[in-house]
Amino acid sequence: MTDTGTPTGTFTPEPGAAPLPRMIAAQAALETRMLLRHGEQLLLTVVIPTLLLVLFSGVDVVDLPDVPAGAGADRRVDYLAPGILALAVLSTAFTGQAIATGFERRYGVLKRLAASPLPRWGLMAAKTCAVLVVEVLQVLLLTAVAYALGWSPHGGPAAVLLLLVAGTAAFSGLGLLMAGTLRAEATLAAANLVFVLLLVGGGVVVPLEKFPGAVRGVLELLPIAALSDGLRDVLRDGAGMPWGALGVLGVWAVLGLAAAARFFRWE
Amino acid sequence: MHSAPAVEIAGLVKRYGSEAAVDGLDLSVATGTVTAVLGPNGAGKTTTIETCEGFRRPDAGRVRVLGLDPYADAPALRPRVGVMLQNGGVYPGVRAGEMLRHMASLHAHPLDVTALGERLGLGGCGRTPYRRLSGGQQQRLALAMAVVGRPELVFLDEPTAGLDPQARRATWDLVRELRADGVTVVLSTHHMDEAEQLSDHVAIVDGGRVIAEGTPEELCRGGAENSLRFGGRPALDLAALLKALPDGTSAAELTPGSYRLTGTVDPQLLATVTSWCAQNGVLPDRISVERRTLEDVFLELTGRELR
Repeated sequence: MTDTGTPTGTFTPEPGAAPLPRMIAAQAALETRMLLRHGEQLLLTVVIPTLLLVLFSGVDVVDLPDVPAGAGADRRVDYLAPGILALAVLSTAFTGQAIATGFERRYGVLKRLAASPLPRWGLMAAKTCAVLVVEVLQVLLLTAVAYALGWSPHGGPAAVLLLLVAGTAAFSGLGLLMAGTLRAEATLAAANLVFVLLLVGGGVVVPLEKFPGAVRGVLELLPIAALSDGLRDVLRDGAGMPWGALGVLGVWAVLGLAAAARFFRWE
Repeated sequence: MHSAPAVEIAGLVKRYGSEAAVDGLDLSVATGTVTAVLGPNGAGKTTTIETCEGFRRPDAGRVRVLGLDPYADAPALRPRVGVMLQNGGVYPGVRAGEMLRHMASLHAHPLDVTALGERLGLGGCGRTPYRRLSGGQQQRLALAMAVVGRPELVFLDEPTAGLDPQARRATWDLVRELRADGVTVVLSTHHMDEAEQLSDHVAIVDGGRVIAEGTPEELCRGGAENSLRFGGRPALDLAALLKALPDGTSAAELTPGSYRLTGTVDPQLLATVTSWCAQNGVLPDRISVERRTLEDVFLELTGRELR
């Protein structure tokens, strides 16, 4: 034995998995740190939504429905804040998760973890937890900024929560589908492109009323439009449970998650 | 004491499209031993190991790891088996120590992470992100991740690829310590010296099959005690040479102009060979008397260099 050696018996086998809740908690904590540590992702998840909220509330660049020209920031923020919350969900559950998972697949992280005691469903549960934690942080930050701009939300928290969860499920399914089927570089490009397209065409800051009727009919079926319109109905107009929006999100969630489960390739 | 083999592979076939990466491979790994799967790139080493790790489902044949089916019984096997992938498997942005602690947290009785990191020379880079570690540090982190959960069996896919001699030596020491503590080790390599130095059992793999196996000594002995090699012009009349030599000697032209005699190589044989060469106007060069290496074994079996 060399003098750098480890005492005999150090490696004597004593295998065993940690308790499942502990494994998932540890994995979720790691995934959350990875999401938050990623500079480019923070641009998408924090900087852009905050900037858009502040900019479009303060400056009268887009004509908003039911907001007279020259109205104060508080009227504009009532329109914008729900859309920005929807954008925050999109940025984390879809764009951020797709890019991170795509590169984890490319670098063999998913494969290595598949050989660990953590079951695959446990890994997916941990990823979902990480997405939800980041979303909570985003919602807290954006809500604080919106309040500072004079936001006065209405509606019940249950409807809002349900919309956010349904939106997360819909975007997660689509993001994982992309990450599990495309090359990592293609996922990076496509996820960013989709983010920009949905930002513009999903009723986030540009009202869908601006688009021609036929186009608008299609855009309204997008998950981002359902989420931002649903949140706006509740938070601005005090609507009850927005079943239409929840229905659209539910269909996207089922389709996206089923397709991801079917086509996701782990390596 | 250990009656059941740790790994049993019988008739394994794995195809990618019409190409068979593994084509009827048999291998048995005794518990508590170090087994080296030796072969050139593309021989089927990684596919075989990844089938044992449960990543691939065999197209034919039977694989048992610790008595279980690595694909169907994967959940039961994962805590008991340590895995070092050939490359990667780590988040680019994760810190070395963070990743090792995380792998430890997935196990019930993990090793002391700090001691293990220092043991593998990772003590100084615990806070360094994975993508900024050197290739050797990345390899050693992957090795640490494979053993931190105190597995019964570890699969190391080319554990020393790209390591400098010192780091390689440290990895070898660790494998020896694992073995001393009763861990079964299966490693793939295309370094003959690694297989000779470390393993109790060597399986030489080529074209998706085990073409020879045994202890390094058995393989190197290979029936002949010694061999005499020499170079000369191509296509010498070896049959005529053999007439001058004692019975039981054999001769082969390995590659054009490169000859090997096997049998009882003694001073008389050497003298006979050189005088036969003199009579035939051949100037033998690079004359050497040597024991066989695994590289020779591989060359004889396949007619190709190992690397």
